[in-house]
Amino acid sequence: MPKEFSVIWFQGAACSGCAVSVLNSLSPTIKNVLLDELVPGKHINLLFMPVVMAASGKSAIDVIIDAEKNKSGEYILIVEGSIPKNDFGDVAEKSMEDSVEELSKNASAIISLGTCSAFGGIPKGKPNPTKSKSVQEFLNSKNIKIPIINIPGCPPHPDWFVGTVANILLFGIPQLDELSRPKLFYGKLIHENCERRPYFDKGKFAKKFSDEGCLFELGCKGPYTNADCPIRSWNSGVNWCIQNGSPCIGCVEPEFPDLEAMYKKTHWSEEK
Amino acid sequence: MTKIVIDPVTRIEGHLKIEAIVNGGIVKEANSSGTLFRGLEIILKNRDPRDASQITQRICGVCPICHATASALALDSAFGIADKITDNGRIIRNLILGANFIQSHILHFYHLAALDFVKSPDVPPFIPRYEGDYRLSELENSELTQHYIKALEIRRKAHEMLAIFGGKMPHNVGIISGGVTEKPTVDKITNFLWRLNELRGFIDNVYIPDVIFVAKKYSDYFQIGKGCGNYLAYGVFDLEGSEKNYLSRKRLLRSGITSTDLTYKTVDSSKITEDVKYSWYDDSQTHKYPLDEETIPKKDKKDGYSWLKSPRYEGNVCEVGPLARILVNYISGDETTKKLVDSVLSEFNAKPEVLFSVLGRHAARAIESKLVADNMSNWVLQLNPDEPVFTDYQMPEEAEGMGLTEGPRGALGHWIKVKNKKIENYQCIVPTTWNASPMDDKEQPGPIEQAIIGTKIKDENNPFEIVRIIRSFDPCLACAVHLVDLRGNIIGKYRTL
Repeated sequence: MPKEFSVIWFQGAACSGCAVSVLNSLSPTIKNVLLDELVPGKHINLLFMPVVMAASGKSAIDVIIDAEKNKSGEYILIVEGSIPKNDFGDVAEKSMEDSVEELSKNASAIISLGTCSAFGGIPKGKPNPTKSKSVQEFLNSKNIKIPIINIPGCPPHPDWFVGTVANILLFGIPQLDELSRPKLFYGKLIHENCERRPYFDKGKFAKKFSDEGCLFELGCKGPYTNADCPIRSWNSGVNWCIQNGSPCIGCVEPEFPDLEAMYKKTHWSEEK
Repeated sequence: MTKIVIDPVTRIEGHLKIEAIVNGGIVKEANSSGTLFRGLEIILKNRDPRDASQITQRICGVCPICHATASALALDSAFGIADKITDNGRIIRNLILGANFIQSHILHFYHLAALDFVKSPDVPPFIPRYEGDYRLSELENSELTQHYIKALEIRRKAHEMLAIFGGKMPHNVGIISGGVTEKPTVDKITNFLWRLNELRGFIDNVYIPDVIFVAKKYSDYFQIGKGCGNYLAYGVFDLEGSEKNYLSRKRLLRSGITSTDLTYKTVDSSKITEDVKYSWYDDSQTHKYPLDEETIPKKDKKDGYSWLKSPRYEGNVCEVGPLARILVNYISGDETTKKLVDSVLSEFNAKPEVLFSVLGRHAARAIESKLVADNMSNWVLQLNPDEPVFTDYQMPEEAEGMGLTEGPRGALGHWIKVKNKKIENYQCIVPTTWNASPMDDKEQPGPIEQAIIGTKIKDENNPFEIVRIIRSFDPCLACAVHLVDLRGNIIGKYRTL
């Protein structure tokens, strides 16, 4: 029998984009991740995941109640989405704050999946109408100390998630940077590996969309965004933002989406 | 009398609670309740208008492309270039959106809905589950489970195809106001075409046959979950770009409104109002045109039970989605749609009336997947690598715009008001708000509620009937709870194009 690693995947103030992105994992496939042994002898047992699980209502929520009561230290908690203030989000007539608090206390480790969960992300965008917090901020406010791994990205690349989980199964918690992100995936700037970097160095800048050239003057956040998109590429290596002529919007960064306007246009000189 | 509470409703997008009062085995009352509020429209305020195509996609990670499309259409109209998008720009937007339709429909049937009909192996996430009414043999269950797994690969490939022009998915970066960001090249065109061919093969040889197979085993569901009987579509997939009024555009899936009598009427967006008697908002603002209302949240309201409002058309409850679109195309004389629908109906010796049902919605989704995918193979070959994809514009100081289109789940509208080159107001009216809406001021329940009311429940501990009805609508709650304005700001008046 393989060793079982139980996982509970909780959705807070989320759009399900992180879940859908993880479904896009190429190798291993999502079937390998969920049904097979992700690494030999070790199997992910996805107890609760609202988008895919067969159960509804009480039989679904009983899984969570059982984990909170009986499975202390026996599961990894994945949180997708930020944690809104009490009034704004309920699951099974329980606030998201209360659910995450109780599930966190008993978790062996927490993966904050996606920028909303890791840093607050879109719901926390100015003026933060639901007083949303990242999981780390929320747990700090409750004085709960459980190891957290942040896997930001709006959405995160499936490899960043699956690679982190495999790291836990094979070697334990991966090396993290000061924002609790795995260094392996977030260790370099987009700009350092960008295929359009030679344009930047030569001073050849796109002036409007679909122009050839570096996208910096159209608003590209690559020079201050930490992720390996240029070498990893997206959707099984088909494409990625800058290759598609689209400026990086800095979706993995703590300041997203409040960094600055996502797009700029040079001939609007009055733009800040 | 018993109360069945399903909270959370899983295998949908977002946070939904359903309560049903059952008496003598029949549902007498049903309440549909959205349980999460994020307030994206408030977050949009005071930003650069062009941020809208990125921020609104984050409304939903399952169907972001329709929001990118609606926001681009709204911005195009605000910037005065609604009729100036190049053919390449229009077609690439269609291809990105079409890829998302196919992905979403396949995901919905196999990964969200099928587990209500197919008994998969006894391992998580397939257990726990409701027990009882599974009607397939062991071999058939096993085969459908294999298709579930194959469909995981196929839907991933739909996203890969999307990324050829969209850059990445979820949350594409290709669609922007003015067109798209990157030119088509012949390698991309061919790459897209052959990925599409694989998807078309799956739709023709696996998806549609599986829907028909499941429908034959559960044919009583042609009589279950009828709903409100009114169907509304704005239309989607522009076949030309010179008409400024989006509702008058020639579209693959046409705009129109119909009911169970199958007569066709044109849509007039000024006839849409929103009621809030049973929503967590102040009653003073009820029954107004969405853009004339002031939204004042009131979570402690006595009668309130949802964050969703109740949009109504001429005061009538309307269902939106693939069934509405396929019905509108069918009655407005689209030959291909008619042929496809009739061929599916002939499998059951049935009349179009059976489409007003749980199985009708699944069938419409499958038919639509084929219709869209087949047309995409023509569109991709209309791309011209030597022609532009982007139309330049000047950002106006002040402007208004409206973008009406469809998402996989139904009619979608975005409205924007620009002031000092910033977003002064942004408003979205999304498909699931129509479908999962609570009761309105006239006490008319929403479409999902109506579809549940009157249903016979065989086993109250395993209420298959209710979850099968809910999921046939493919609810997307993350989308549905975004049209609200927490701060109670006055929403501007908008021109109806």
